[in-house]
Amino acid sequence: MKTLILLLTLTLTGSSALFATEIRSFADPDKAARYDRLIGELRCLVCQNQSLADSDADLAQDLRNEVYEMIAAGQSDAEAIRFLTDRYGDFVLYRPPIKPTTFLLWGGPLLILLFGGFMAWRYARQRKPQPLSPLSEADQDTLERLKKTSG
Amino acid sequence: MRFLIPLGVFLVMVIFLAIGLSLDPRNLPSPLIGKPTPTFQLPKVEEPSQALTPESFRGRVILLNVWASWCVSCRQEHPVLLELAQRQEVPIFGLNYKDQLTAARDWLSKFGNPYEASGFDQDGRVGIDLGVYGVPETFVIDKKGLIRMKHTGPVTPQALEKDILPLVERLKQEP
Amino acid sequence: MSAEIGQWCLILAVLFAIAQGIFPLLGAARGIPLWMSVGRAAGRAQFLFLAIAFGCLIDGFIANDFSILYVASHSNSELPLYYRVAATWGAHEGSMLLWALILSVWTVAVTLFCRSLTLPFQARVLGVMGLISTGILLFILLTSNPFDRLVPMPPDGNDLNPLLQDFGMTIHPPMLYMGYVGLSVAFSFAIAALLGGTLDSAWARWSRPWTLVAWIFLTFGIVLGSWWAYYELGWGGWWFWDPVENASFMPWLVATALLHSLAATEKRGAFKAWTVLLAIFAFSLSLLGTFLVRSGVLTSVHAFASDPARGLFILVFLALVVGSSLLLYALRAPSIRDSAHYALISRENLLLMNNILLVTAAASILLGTLYPLVLDALQWGKISVGPPYFSNVFAPLMAPVILLAGIAPLFAWREASLAKVWGKIRWLAPAALTLGIITTALFWELKDIKVLAGLSMAFWLIGGTLLSLWSRVQLRSSVLEGLQSQSLSSYGMTIAHLGIAVFLVGLVLSDRHSVEKVVRLAPGDTAAIGRYDFIFKGIKTVDGPNFKAQEGLFEVRSEDQLITELKPQKRSYRVQRNTMTEAAIDPGVTRDLYVALGEPLDAGAWSVRLYYKPFIRWIWFGGLFMMMGGLLALLDRRYRRHKMDPILTA
Repeated sequence: MKTLILLLTLTLTGSSALFATEIRSFADPDKAARYDRLIGELRCLVCQNQSLADSDADLAQDLRNEVYEMIAAGQSDAEAIRFLTDRYGDFVLYRPPIKPTTFLLWGGPLLILLFGGFMAWRYARQRKPQPLSPLSEADQDTLERLKKTSG
Repeated sequence: MRFLIPLGVFLVMVIFLAIGLSLDPRNLPSPLIGKPTPTFQLPKVEEPSQALTPESFRGRVILLNVWASWCVSCRQEHPVLLELAQRQEVPIFGLNYKDQLTAARDWLSKFGNPYEASGFDQDGRVGIDLGVYGVPETFVIDKKGLIRMKHTGPVTPQALEKDILPLVERLKQEP
Repeated sequence: MSAEIGQWCLILAVLFAIAQGIFPLLGAARGIPLWMSVGRAAGRAQFLFLAIAFGCLIDGFIANDFSILYVASHSNSELPLYYRVAATWGAHEGSMLLWALILSVWTVAVTLFCRSLTLPFQARVLGVMGLISTGILLFILLTSNPFDRLVPMPPDGNDLNPLLQDFGMTIHPPMLYMGYVGLSVAFSFAIAALLGGTLDSAWARWSRPWTLVAWIFLTFGIVLGSWWAYYELGWGGWWFWDPVENASFMPWLVATALLHSLAATEKRGAFKAWTVLLAIFAFSLSLLGTFLVRSGVLTSVHAFASDPARGLFILVFLALVVGSSLLLYALRAPSIRDSAHYALISRENLLLMNNILLVTAAASILLGTLYPLVLDALQWGKISVGPPYFSNVFAPLMAPVILLAGIAPLFAWREASLAKVWGKIRWLAPAALTLGIITTALFWELKDIKVLAGLSMAFWLIGGTLLSLWSRVQLRSSVLEGLQSQSLSSYGMTIAHLGIAVFLVGLVLSDRHSVEKVVRLAPGDTAAIGRYDFIFKGIKTVDGPNFKAQEGLFEVRSEDQLITELKPQKRSYRVQRNTMTEAAIDPGVTRDLYVALGEPLDAGAWSVRLYYKPFIRWIWFGGLFMMMGGLLALLDRRYRRHKMDPILTA
């Protein structure tokens, strides 16, 4: 309960259904696209369940300003990301960086798929059909009749 | 034997979930541990004509406490800081984060000032450089100016006794 | 008074659940018919008392009884009546009670519709469900009791979270729970079959409709949740890969795989052990989801107020239920013999591939959701795994599923002739690609590879699905006769698969061609998106039942013709004192227009977010199609036979 109060007071704003509404202008539409993409992939540290783009927490606003200034000044995406991870760690990235600790994360799906595929192939190989014995005349007629009447 | 694989994977997952119950997913450890305090130059809240920089506390083990007059939890920890300042065990410096100067000064005169000095970080830039994401936060900085620990949330007597003060003692032994 | 009645009924319900759990299972093991028949009566009694208890809780809300802690925390005398009722399941304690109630509803359904099952099998199914009910009810009684009193009683309540004061919110949780909890039936069938030692196609035939109903509800619940997030949260998004969303999506993926696997098991006796495992997985993921949402182990915008003590209880419960099922599986599954034989190229194998892809997708989502926790537990740092990971992992897995879904129905069971199938589909790929190119070039830009790929795959799926319908129709003497003779089950599949295509179109087009503008508008200003002009007319203040709002008026015109008026609001809720944006949306089949108010700026101007979202409704239409396909399949005449073959041995 205490932790809950603590967390509530730590947050800088109470509501969670507002969003970024600064009006930005970029000289270059490419920069605008990069800015939008970046703030969408960065995590708000206060609300923690919203990206920087969607959060209206004070800190989110400040960080959006930082990102804006860096992009407008000509810095690369990687540099802007470095700025934030130097101060806040990898937690701030919604796209986990590819490092030894995340190899299993990024490679996991493929590994699981290969494992599943391997198990399935092994299983399927055992299920080869035996040749069927030929039908008797009577059975053949029944088969023809059935084919005509059902789907 | 392959039929035991699902059970095995499940048990591993349960172990991690159990450990997870004791963790706090919201708590963010600082990537600045072991790194030098970022440079800054801020006017002092008490004396705005003077500047507070990391040089002001170089050579001493100190606590740097991020606070604001609008922050409710800061009120909670304030008595603890005042008491600590009285004991004179470790100097406490403040970083007044995103505040108004008059409000900050009023707050200090009303509730007491445990800080040797507080830097006035109006736009929060220094806070960002320190990786501040929620007020209050407290840093333990060693004699060489390296950040050695970050405590998020109000400083409680337990946190002081268990984590902060023992570390301060150890750091004092360092050259 | 009603809280006390509710409390007592809860206790009685637990007692009946315990009886329902223990006696039938022991009875089946020892061959005691009297004990086995306890299951039915106990299950119905449990439902009765839970229904009364739930009724008492609803009554507490309607009567504004703030001496009940739960009511005081989540309601308010100014809250409109329908929201007061919905607030019953708006937070942890009440929603857990709803979970338990819905489980008892499914239990009663089993007692009503499974009468021709052999007694031991019935007893085992009800016994397993009884044990699950016991666990959930004990959890409620011991850690999450909605009937706790609050003394002294406050004059008024805390109000319901404004985000939840919405129509979508009233039905989304019950629908989801009907789905999650419904998977317990398939789970119980699987456990009962493992316990009894026989798994035959009759078991699969019985499991299928139950799984289908649960799947239909789960689909509906997820679609509702996504639609609600879209119009309520004001961000224009509809899926955020949030841990709680993932918690509902993983069971859905596994349940979809289960449905397909059950078809093969029923028709061909194939994949028996695998199908049983899937049934265990599906419900296990439901339980895991319940744990993730309520334990505080992950942060989520959906998470209920979390408490590690509660989390521990659920974890132990989860470990017991799933652990013992998987142990039982490990012990009994090796002796399950499949009676099917099939070639490498056959419908069986294509279904197996479908299963592998769907289960890999679910496993990958689980990996991404839990990975931050794993790293943190190992003290290897704190990371976040968000939409960039999930969409990059999910899409490549789903693409083959969609391609397979287009043509798999054309493959024969047992041994399919690749030559025959090729003969039917050799024009499908070129046709799909051509249609994709034409539509992409006509309406958008050809260099948009994702749109081209998405549309082509949708055309492939539509073409293949209609083609397989046609090839079955063609076997008859006339088209009309052909269409009439197709089973509802086959139409269900057709519509559900078409639903995937519809969803894909909506996804690809809204993702790639949405336009968003954040602009400063003063009264009289106009902003344009494409051929639409948004004219800001001004702001006025509006009073709601428990809020006060600033309402903006926007005229939307196209070539000077008035299309619609949009009135977005910024609401201030009086009690909780938070601010919420209510976006204004003009829905359309081919596009949505969306306006949300930002902040007031200088001189009466406001910052405003405007969206143009093409084909976004197709995302939910697709989901609804899938749901309808499921409903059609359910109405198939094979399920209307009053006596289905009893399970012969149990």
